[in-house]
Amino acid sequence: MTTKTHTRFGTPELLFGLSVAVLVIVVAVPMLLIFFNAFWVDGHFNVADVIRVLRHPETYKALWNSLVLSVGVTITGTIVGTFFAWLVTRTDLPFKRTMKLLFLVPFMLPAFIGALAWKMLLSPRAGYINRFFIDVLGFDGPIFNIYSYAGIILVETMYLFPFVFIQVSGALERMDPTLEESARISGADLITITRKITIPLVLPSILSGALLIMLYSMAHFGTVAVLGIESGIYNIPTLIYEKIHQSAGSFDSIRTATVLATVLVITAALILWLQNRVLAKGRYQIIAGKSFRPSELKLRGLRIPLLVVCILYIAFTIVLPTATIFMVGGLKTYGLPFVSENLTWSNYYHILFEWDLTRGAIWNSISLGLSAALITMFAGVIISYVIVKMRVRGKGILEFLGMLPFSVPGSVIALGVILAWSGKFGINLYNTVWIILIAYIARYMAFSLKANSAALEQVHDSLVEAARASGATMAQALRDIVVPLVRPGMVAAFFLIFLPALRELTVSVLLYGPTTRTIGVAIYTLNEDGETVYSAALAGIALIIIVLGEVLIKRLVTSKTSAA
Amino acid sequence: MAGVQIEGVGKQYAGRPVLSGLSLELKDGECFTLLGPSGCGKTVLLRLIAGFEQPDQGRIAIDGETVADAASGKSVPPERRGLGMVFQDYAVWPHMNVFDNVAYPLKLAGTESAALRERTLAVIEMVGLAGLAERLPSQLSGGQQQRVALARALVSEPRLLLLDEPLNNLDANLREEMRFEIKALQKKLGVTILYVTHDQEIALAIADRVAVMDESGTLRQIGAPEEVYEHPADDFVFRFLGIANFLPVRRDGDALYIGGSSERWVGQPPDKAGAQLTAGFRPSDVLLSRASSDGEGLAGIIRRASFLGAQVDYLIDIAGTLIRAALPSHECLARDLLFVEGDACRVSLHSVQWFAGKLVATAQV
Repeated sequence: MTTKTHTRFGTPELLFGLSVAVLVIVVAVPMLLIFFNAFWVDGHFNVADVIRVLRHPETYKALWNSLVLSVGVTITGTIVGTFFAWLVTRTDLPFKRTMKLLFLVPFMLPAFIGALAWKMLLSPRAGYINRFFIDVLGFDGPIFNIYSYAGIILVETMYLFPFVFIQVSGALERMDPTLEESARISGADLITITRKITIPLVLPSILSGALLIMLYSMAHFGTVAVLGIESGIYNIPTLIYEKIHQSAGSFDSIRTATVLATVLVITAALILWLQNRVLAKGRYQIIAGKSFRPSELKLRGLRIPLLVVCILYIAFTIVLPTATIFMVGGLKTYGLPFVSENLTWSNYYHILFEWDLTRGAIWNSISLGLSAALITMFAGVIISYVIVKMRVRGKGILEFLGMLPFSVPGSVIALGVILAWSGKFGINLYNTVWIILIAYIARYMAFSLKANSAALEQVHDSLVEAARASGATMAQALRDIVVPLVRPGMVAAFFLIFLPALRELTVSVLLYGPTTRTIGVAIYTLNEDGETVYSAALAGIALIIIVLGEVLIKRLVTSKTSAA
Repeated sequence: MAGVQIEGVGKQYAGRPVLSGLSLELKDGECFTLLGPSGCGKTVLLRLIAGFEQPDQGRIAIDGETVADAASGKSVPPERRGLGMVFQDYAVWPHMNVFDNVAYPLKLAGTESAALRERTLAVIEMVGLAGLAERLPSQLSGGQQQRVALARALVSEPRLLLLDEPLNNLDANLREEMRFEIKALQKKLGVTILYVTHDQEIALAIADRVAVMDESGTLRQIGAPEEVYEHPADDFVFRFLGIANFLPVRRDGDALYIGGSSERWVGQPPDKAGAQLTAGFRPSDVLLSRASSDGEGLAGIIRRASFLGAQVDYLIDIAGTLIRAALPSHECLARDLLFVEGDACRVSLHSVQWFAGKLVATAQV
């Protein structure tokens, strides 16, 4: 602490040094390389050239598309999310609890698999629904073209609206009902109360959820890649992908990609900053931490119609796409009608036991997910420990570096990792699993830091000091006191990383090589190559793995917390 | 059982001195309380002795063995100082039950398991938690958790027990009860105790000796509780040990007047020289009589009267200075001394501390 003390190089300094080194290599270097490549041309700082790139019709169009799509998704997602949140918290809708759980299911499902399903249902010529209308009902053309702005916005809305739903239903549940009751006693009618009291109070939650939707939609790759490319709709992440993939490392395309990435990073940072401001401002005392029993609006005659709306919505957005994936995955050839003589188990068998490409992909995803989760979990504990518990100068840097990837979209991380690990510094990991592993670690470090610092903050310093006073060395105190107390945080971190890593597409699609496809990449490329049936079958298997994983965690976490 | 020597200890945080040149000696087997306002550095001193902080200057020895020396850079780690410590927030480990919490120091010391069990259960019983050994801390009340912390600190029979405001978070009844128990345990076990607190009542009740520390980390007075209470070294100590009344007194030749008035001072003459003096006294030092009676005393007017049950609390105006008086209710009733606002009265004092200069009471009303 003081300058007078002897300069010792003890454990704190060693841990600090290690943590900084890990984060610099994994996070800082790739990020800096992106900015460097974007702004540094032929040894000069060059802004004019950046503007030239931005004004190129292709990039300009992608930026515009990203904006249009994310704004569209934000509006629809916010409306849908707020409406359902209100319905399940503040009305006498039947089966509210079940409905609430069902509305959270889309969070589990990868959006690009959903997009795949909707492509099968609503692509203009081959989509099953469109074909039904043309062939059976005699329509002249498709009733809906999913390869459009509207189609992309619709599909993204289905998978992103829970951001608003969670925030708003939480706020509505925690809002003190006496606030509304006192307005009622003062003589206000229900519409006035809703307009003057309820909406202003939950507005911060709505806004913050809306900004999260915007952040994710802006950086979203899967849906746009599946549905947009057919009709030439590119957003920033898909254009980065095109640039990197088509032109195998030409300088010009890498530059375009880095400029796009820079725009994406700045936008994301802006959105997160706004969200923080909204949350900080909206932290009214009135929305307390504990749950009240909110007053319920009697829906009367609308009770059943609104229940039907909810059931239809869930059937349409969850059941229909999922069923489509499994059915198409069982077809002998894509395009055949769903009758029993066209259905077979052999696709699933082939994918799981015969085909090296898909077996490799499943193996890659599981081993990558496990290693990334384990490494990030342990590194996260150590780094959080330094951040939360140690008095070392400059630990703010650690915090900043660790949380940075939280605001950095996956495609940007992947691009940075390509720039850093393709032989520039004498190590070429391109086309190996290691480059994907590094990108996963960078991407998910923030998850681990959040879970672990939250757990560590619960461990007061005096608990460790009490152990020291009882005769424990620092190592013994860590082993007997700190580790057992942060173990739930570590377990949480592990699953927070393992499950998303299993279904990851955005990062791995930029980094995969001939033998390093992940499940996501395999589904995506099979679909691109016209192997729709195998793509669907693999997607079905992925869904099963994901759902099983989620259920397992819920079990594990609840049994852990009830035991503690 | 051990004495503690603290010699010229100094500690800075971010360049700001918290303690400087502090010397203190704890005798073997005594209960020593360190009393001071919050933020005065008393907890820092405790942590220096425990070994969680290293002094920037000076030396600390326990039982004659140097455990920290700024000059040589020597510092014995906390686990090898052979002490027990009870923290303000108890620091009971939430993932261990009462038995495991208390047994932990013995486990570390490698105590053989039958002896460990016997000793642990004995200590748990000693602090009054018999039968609760299998409970988790979350199933215990604050007072019970506090006992667990105490048992854990005592189980390995440390030579020195450090207590950092351990009774702060307890309610008044429990606090009183625990305070007697700590004292009783100390007598029984003969352990040296350093008890740090800002609560003068606990400090006086429990201590063999008290040290009073001011905001700047300087020790103002060390002595037996009654000595410090009855003969405070200065006005800081006087103020800190209870409600303080200050009455300014002016010396004019041989005559003494109150404040700027022409009212004469009557009562115990000052033992201090100087023209400006202050008479300090406690509310309980005040004796009242009716203004009509012919007894001697200072003329006062009752500004506020509050009946508090066992005693009556008066706010009295003496020549422009407000003082507080506390009289036993039965005495007021027996001697017709239940005054109401605006009544005139006579005030005499049965004990006065004289201070040089003009002092103002911190909390007047």
